[in-house]
Amino acid sequence: MTTDAAAVSITDLSKRFVRGDVLALDRIDLDVQPGEFVSLIGPSGCGKSTLLRIIGDLIRPSEGAVLVNGKSAHQARLDRDYGIVFQDAVLYDWRTVVKNIALPLELAGWDRKRRDTRVREMLELVELTGFEKHHPWQLSGGMQQRVSIARALSFSPPLLLMDEPFGALDEMTRERMNNELLRIWQETLSTVVFVTHSIAESVFLSTRVVVMSARPGRIAGIAEIDLPQPRSPETREDARFADHITQVRRLLRKGHALDAPEEDETPLYVAEEGL
Amino acid sequence: MSSAAVARPIVEPRSVGLLPALRNAGLSLLVLAVGCVLWEAYKWLGERLELTRPFPVNGRTMPHVYDMVGQLFEPSRRNGPLLIDVLLDAAAFTAKEAAAGFLLGAAVGFAIAVVLSESKLLQRGFLPYIVASQTIPILAIAPMVVIWVSPKLPESLAGWGAVAVISAYLTFFPVTINTLRGLQSADPRAVELMRSYAANRWRILWKLRIPASFPFLFTALKIAAPAAVVGAIIGELPSSIQDGLAGAILNFNQYYITSPESLWATNIIAAALGILFFVVVALAERLLVRRAPENVA
Amino acid sequence: MSVQGVVVVPRGTLGARVGRGVVDWIPAAAVLVLGILAWEGLVRGLDIQRFLLPAPSAILDTLWERREELQAAGIYTFTEALGGFVIGCTLAVLAAIVLARFRSFGRALMPFAIAANAVPIIAFAPITNQWFGPLEKTSKMAIAAILVFFPVLVNTLRGLTSVRPQSIELMRSYAAGEIEIFRRVRIPSSLPYLFSALKVATVLAMIGAVVGEYFLSSQEALGFQIRNSAALFQFELAWAAIVVASVLGILFYSSVALVERLTMSWHPSSRAD
Repeated sequence: MTTDAAAVSITDLSKRFVRGDVLALDRIDLDVQPGEFVSLIGPSGCGKSTLLRIIGDLIRPSEGAVLVNGKSAHQARLDRDYGIVFQDAVLYDWRTVVKNIALPLELAGWDRKRRDTRVREMLELVELTGFEKHHPWQLSGGMQQRVSIARALSFSPPLLLMDEPFGALDEMTRERMNNELLRIWQETLSTVVFVTHSIAESVFLSTRVVVMSARPGRIAGIAEIDLPQPRSPETREDARFADHITQVRRLLRKGHALDAPEEDETPLYVAEEGL
Repeated sequence: MSSAAVARPIVEPRSVGLLPALRNAGLSLLVLAVGCVLWEAYKWLGERLELTRPFPVNGRTMPHVYDMVGQLFEPSRRNGPLLIDVLLDAAAFTAKEAAAGFLLGAAVGFAIAVVLSESKLLQRGFLPYIVASQTIPILAIAPMVVIWVSPKLPESLAGWGAVAVISAYLTFFPVTINTLRGLQSADPRAVELMRSYAANRWRILWKLRIPASFPFLFTALKIAAPAAVVGAIIGELPSSIQDGLAGAILNFNQYYITSPESLWATNIIAAALGILFFVVVALAERLLVRRAPENVA
Repeated sequence: MSVQGVVVVPRGTLGARVGRGVVDWIPAAAVLVLGILAWEGLVRGLDIQRFLLPAPSAILDTLWERREELQAAGIYTFTEALGGFVIGCTLAVLAAIVLARFRSFGRALMPFAIAANAVPIIAFAPITNQWFGPLEKTSKMAIAAILVFFPVLVNTLRGLTSVRPQSIELMRSYAAGEIEIFRRVRIPSSLPYLFSALKVATVLAMIGAVVGEYFLSSQEALGFQIRNSAALFQFELAWAAIVVASVLGILFYSSVALVERLTMSWHPSSRAD
């Protein structure tokens, strides 16, 4: 990991989807420093998931440049510089928990012994020791996401991309997972770019919250969250927590997030990338 | 005959408008042309190399494609009508039987599915036999069906009524299986919603389950349509009906040595009939059924 | 796919698991017994003519008396069906893999595959007889293979191309190439569809073999037996042969279903519900 380069450097990025002629992202400039936890928040269809996928070289930008770890996004993907976690855990039913976590390691050509050791470490990290031989359908939603996170971190990437990973969970599980994620972040010291819908979640987890406007997606503002680290469940009760929430909400309103019509950009990029 | 219990209804991407439809038709013609070219190429190669595996290649086993088509416009026998006229008459005759069988089989299949959908017990009891019914070679049962059914029919139907029954036998199975799956596919929450409106069992069936089953029904009908044609042709054999396609196939099979092209030409017409039935149902589906586009890779 | 709470697969006693499976079959068994009894009763009571529907007892007697030739004929026909099944399914799966890889090709050919499925199989029998000789097993194997090819192709292709986009995105994030994606994602996720098609193919292969034999075949074949005995008005024997054909088809189907159950224990459809 290069020391003084930004972990992610986005310059003048725009994305237009041909089908539907939709301008999803409009001249985005953003730098993420190594070790930061940055949230992307905004209304549906504002392009935050698209932006995340562009960082991951899963979608090509129309204009502008993205550098990840000092390299092009494409190279970063080929070098496996990031792990990705989706809202849906995307685990494979025909593989056990252990084999699911080992998947990227198999692809990277690790030998058996090394894989086994690493998988065991990951299971400890996400506190799922004992569930090695289980299949995904035998686990609850929260546990599946933990497996998904373990898989994303299994090859120790410097960058972690997360697309509303806890969106499908209930509030209590979500809070618990937030605490877990912070603990894991502090242990692995990776950089995290985290897409979310939840203002409270973004404030709790992040060092900075990037607020995006309604489509076409622009950065409406960035909130520096100066709550003390390491954060704990008690942080939510800090007076400044509520202030930051208000701060983010104001930025959302400024970006017309609160009166924007709902849009879903998934079919656009599925069609575009020929998935 | 074709697949019965499909895992999901087959959904083709809906291309709206004339241009994509023309492009698809053009693509199909292109594929057909490529197929003909491959046939001729294999024939040419096979004759040069005198291949005998998997089968000997000569003018008798592999007539030229253009000869097959050309034969249609020759007289079917000395001083007789053109082959294509003979075959089209035969096809029309068979089509009548197949259409009747299709409608009968579809109705029966649908009714059975509706009855079974209401009771798990009935399903467990009867489904294995419905599935097993298709393992009985229809060709073997056909003569017995003919003997049994024909005397019971009115005079006008006597000739081909039994054939329609045999055609229905092949039709009902895919319709039953797929419709049953469709009737059971209604979202449980939609059912709960109906119950909250104090809808009784029949109302739920009529207003929710049956409409929900339409995509599955049409998938089944697309499979069943050509099956009805197959059933009709099979049924004609023991009924000693000369006027249909089965008669033509048997006839030209006899004369294969002297005129192999005639049998192939007959098969082309028989194939076209099966495809025609399929296309008609597919068009009906386009008009009648609206489906959400799929989100898969 | 969010399941609340941990679902533990019941590692109950084997007896309990089998017991539950057996209970499921009771209604079908009941229908079978009642059906046979009713059949026997109707035939005797209404004095139905022999050739329409011989009594089950008569058929069973004939099955026993002629068991050797019926068994030989059954094996003969089954080898044709099995050969056609193997050839047709193999070709279909290979074709499906190719078409899944070259997607636009697949889209162009799909309507053809479906339409080709619509061709009456009857049209093929005389042709394969001409190609391979009516007395040879290969002519009937060819019919079985043709019958089996398209359903397996269409269903397998569907399975290979019905993957969630996020699954593909995940693999791309691991810099996996098309081949890896195929191996690790598309093929395993297509297994349910494949097995569904294979089960249908077993029945079609048997039917193809018997129907093919009906036209013209070796005297050892089951189809020939059926046709011949019917022509000689020996309907008990004809029905006995039909029963053999049907039972073989069911056994073939069940063995594939068993393989499916064993290899796909991870799939939702084979879990308890």
